[in-house]
Amino acid sequence: MADTVLDVMGLRAGYGPAEVLFGVDLTLARGEVAALMGRNGAGKSTTLKAIMGLLTPRAGSVRFAGQDIAGVASYRIARLGLGYVPEDRRVFTDLTVMENLAVGRRAASPGHPAWTPERLFEVFPNLAEMRNRRAGAMSGGEQQMLTIARTLMGNPEAVLLDEPSEGLAPVIVEQMAEAVLRMKDEGIAVLVSEQNLDFAATVADRAVILEKGRVRWEGPIATLEADEDIRRAYLTV
Amino acid sequence: MEWSFLLVQALSGLASASSLFVIASGLTIVFGVTRIVNFAHGSFYMLGAYVAVTLVPWLLEFERSPTLFFVGVLASAIAVGVLGVVMEVTLLRRIYRVPELFQLLATFGVVLIVQDLVLLIWGPVEIAGPRAPGLRHGVYILDQRFPAYELFLIFVGPAVLALLWLLMHRTRFGVLIRAATQDREMVGALGVNQAMLFTGTLFLGAALAGLGGALQIPRVSASSQMDLSIITEAFVVTVIGGMGSVPGAFIAALLIGLLQAFGVLIFPKITLVLVFLLMAAVLVVKPWGLLGRPDAAAGRAVLPEGILDPGRLDRAGKVLLALGLITVLALPLVDAYAVKVGTEVLILALAAVSLNFLVGNGGIVSFGHAAYFGLGAYGAGLLVVKAGMPMEPALIAAPIAGGAAAALFGFFVVRLSGIYLAMLTLAFAQIAYAVVFQWVEVTGGDNGLVGVWPSRWAASREVYHYLTAVVTLAAIVFLRRVIHAPFGATLRAARDSAQRADAIGVDVRMHRWLGFTLAGAAAGLAGGLYAFSKGSIDPTLLGIPMSVDFLSMILLGGIQSVLGPVAGAAAFHALKDFFLPLTDHWRLFLGLSIIGMVLVFPRGLAGAFASLRRRPA
Repeated sequence: MADTVLDVMGLRAGYGPAEVLFGVDLTLARGEVAALMGRNGAGKSTTLKAIMGLLTPRAGSVRFAGQDIAGVASYRIARLGLGYVPEDRRVFTDLTVMENLAVGRRAASPGHPAWTPERLFEVFPNLAEMRNRRAGAMSGGEQQMLTIARTLMGNPEAVLLDEPSEGLAPVIVEQMAEAVLRMKDEGIAVLVSEQNLDFAATVADRAVILEKGRVRWEGPIATLEADEDIRRAYLTV
Repeated sequence: MEWSFLLVQALSGLASASSLFVIASGLTIVFGVTRIVNFAHGSFYMLGAYVAVTLVPWLLEFERSPTLFFVGVLASAIAVGVLGVVMEVTLLRRIYRVPELFQLLATFGVVLIVQDLVLLIWGPVEIAGPRAPGLRHGVYILDQRFPAYELFLIFVGPAVLALLWLLMHRTRFGVLIRAATQDREMVGALGVNQAMLFTGTLFLGAALAGLGGALQIPRVSASSQMDLSIITEAFVVTVIGGMGSVPGAFIAALLIGLLQAFGVLIFPKITLVLVFLLMAAVLVVKPWGLLGRPDAAAGRAVLPEGILDPGRLDRAGKVLLALGLITVLALPLVDAYAVKVGTEVLILALAAVSLNFLVGNGGIVSFGHAAYFGLGAYGAGLLVVKAGMPMEPALIAAPIAGGAAAALFGFFVVRLSGIYLAMLTLAFAQIAYAVVFQWVEVTGGDNGLVGVWPSRWAASREVYHYLTAVVTLAAIVFLRRVIHAPFGATLRAARDSAQRADAIGVDVRMHRWLGFTLAGAAAGLAGGLYAFSKGSIDPTLLGIPMSVDFLSMILLGGIQSVLGPVAGAAAFHALKDFFLPLTDHWRLFLGLSIIGMVLVFPRGLAGAFASLRRRPA
């Protein structure tokens, strides 16, 4: 497929003796937002880490923008244009907002408008007021926005977004959703791992559901919303 | 006392503080980013001094100008920075993921190699450097003469602090270093090549050490002992300041510099004891140093796998044990030399087992175990030489001396964990070394004391050999028994998870303290036996190289086995005894061997053997 930006096949990964992924297959089309869903421990975060090279895949292939990136160092993957936003907001707490953004800065590929701090502050107005504040002195929601903004500074073509709504107040979750939609408008493909169906339905076109390290269901998010059986089988606790 | 005198004293304290900060800042920056405590940092300092005493006089031949002097100093710093890059690319890069203990050992291997290379290149004689043109005069401050160069040094520290601040806050490289100090993985996921960042950091760190060394040349001659004395001070500064914190290092250097300058007035001989008290006080109140953080030290394994299941000896083990015992008994049939080596092996085996009681069983990486060994030797030796006591009570005093020192130091040591703990044990050992070295009236200083002979009935080599065999084997059996006992199991539990052990009601600190004291007592006993086997004692018994020998023995023997260290001690001592007379460059060989051991057999010889056996045929 010409418009596929990320193509994962038979991905296996784990931690030490513990196997977590048993052959995950998924694709992400250019400019598409897909939600990676599933219960706790299904392997959502592990999938994103293995794609990003933070965890060395044990088997399978990962192709990004036409290149095989399985087993490649994460900084090289990032330089190819794949962004990663971790869960639990790993901002650099000693650094200011502007410095956090500076760490993420990478030149844009030719022909694309580059993200600048000013453009990001339009998307995240809260951050604009605290550009010289230490990230450690910001609220959880603000830190979450900063992690997304920091990744966008690398001008990625696609972004892996790990549980962006986790533990945040509803009003902040709405802002996160807007941010993801804005990324989509900019033509950035997003693979967002999410447990919150409302959030996923707001931002994503398609859902991929994991269970016990395998993909169990895949389809339009509207179908998932309408079909209570699927939800009960794979999502509800 | 006059005000002017106090002022000059304060100024000279500030000058030493300033120099100390320049060196310690490099150590703390390298630790912050790479999480490696670089033992070779002191070697970079020494190399800075040696390069400068070579380069600066050559430059001053052209013109005796201050400019050329400082060009030479900066060029020396840059040259040392390049050596730091070489070390990063050839060694550190391979060991970022190995346990911290091995990192410390590998960088100590570099220390040994550099010592021999320095002797090869510059010879054993100290080299005095040129004075700085334009700063050779004295300045009169309230009628007291004060060297202008010292005055200049006072400003170097704050200038370096300011430049480092600018570098860290106003350049991309600096911002990346600060980010990586906190979360390396995330920096990588944002597209930053960590390898480049680490190489750059090593350049910066080594260059700062080199600058510190080069700036010293008008004050002190370049000598091949500079490395270990400065590294201890730098360790103390970084531990007090908080590892990874540059401002913390600055404050700590100021405190230590002033404490030493004024401590000299009150306790002329024991300024080091004051430094020790300061460090102890800071660590009790703030275990991670003044501006440090707990997360800087946690998160990664200090140790490879230790003793998991002490178990029983299998058949091969029993056969080996029997062979070993027969050898011990039969040695007097060979010749006197074999007896001497055999006695030494037995003593070192006890020291090694006592160290592995801490390391393998307790997860407490003592980098200064020789302190307890040496203090045991001095405890016994002083009783014989100074108090005229016979051997028997002296041998009883040896473990008491070692145990008491271990109880005192251990009280502070067991409050820490990981790399902080290792550095603190090392600093305590260096303090004990310095006290023994400097207290000439009592200890004989560098020369030590002679005349530590056994009682008449044990005077022959053979009888003393059997005496040693009985005592060391009894002590080893006792330690093994403790490892098998619930106390040993509790130490293992605390090693594997201090929190969980705590949660089930174990007083982790108390158990560790008792364990530390017991190991110190056993090492002290070994030291006492060693003193009588040699007939003399000297400060090298407490030195860092001795501690590293013990660590090498347990790594060679395998820290996951209870009796492996015995085999390690035998192999290590036999090899050293065989090779030492053959070469003038034993440090070079030892250093390369340690590095090789860390790279090839991270689980020790016994570990390599065990995994070979376990592998299906």
